[in-house]
Amino acid sequence: MVPWFSWSAAIFFVAGLYLGFFVAPTDVQQGEAYRIMFIHVPASILSMFIYLVMAGYAALGLIFNTRLSSMMASALAPTGALLAFLSLWTGALWGKPMWGSWWVWDARLTSELILLFLYIGFIALHASIEDPRRADRASALLAIIGSVNVPIIYFSVQWWNTLHQGATIKFTGTSMHEVMQQGLLAMLLAVWLYAIAMTLIRVRSIILERESKTQWVAELMEVKR
Amino acid sequence: MSWAEFFAMNGYAWYVWGSYGMVLLVFLIEIVMVRHRRARILQQILLMRDEGGD
Repeated sequence: MVPWFSWSAAIFFVAGLYLGFFVAPTDVQQGEAYRIMFIHVPASILSMFIYLVMAGYAALGLIFNTRLSSMMASALAPTGALLAFLSLWTGALWGKPMWGSWWVWDARLTSELILLFLYIGFIALHASIEDPRRADRASALLAIIGSVNVPIIYFSVQWWNTLHQGATIKFTGTSMHEVMQQGLLAMLLAVWLYAIAMTLIRVRSIILERESKTQWVAELMEVKR
Repeated sequence: MSWAEFFAMNGYAWYVWGSYGMVLLVFLIEIVMVRHRRARILQQILLMRDEGGD
């Protein structure tokens, strides 16, 4: 399944970048700088979405004591953390020319930074506990508690007066050029598929690491000579 | 529009390419790391089997 996701991610990246850079027109207000949107928005959306999926898997692992769900949570965390970082990085490089500042302590920016710290905390906590099952339970608790931050990020632009703009894409009509929308959608799918591919490869490694002493692993085709 | 104009991004080159460049860098690092992790555990399993097996 991994090659399938990797290749479709690559195709959507090419399509999205082509639409975003060569087809989509220059923005009236922001000039060419708005093209950062095509990566900033997908990275931000997925950094939040992956967190919820991760917390969901962590909760399943905690409640039903299923090992695979906990392993999925651990496999999702690094990709989510990287996307949260990229969201902040591309946001800073977009904020500088548009707002005149790399960073402001604005509700949305701050809560996204907290999201990055939650990911890092999850990874660090998991790594600091020797017994994997105990590490699963402790970090699951952190993930679940931290998930209250995701709706805060999402609704921050409505709840507080912030520098960050509100949602442009709404269910009730969108104030965006059609090609821009298609490019954004392609990039969103690309990052999504990329994240799935990375998570699947990582979870396979985690399964092997944890089950390396069992009989079925020793009989795997990949390790046969 | 020429290629030079395209890369200049109307004066926003540093911001636009700085964003996409970092994305590329991060994705490449992640790909290398997950592949390395998989190769390492497969190697370990091979070693363990050779020691414990036959």
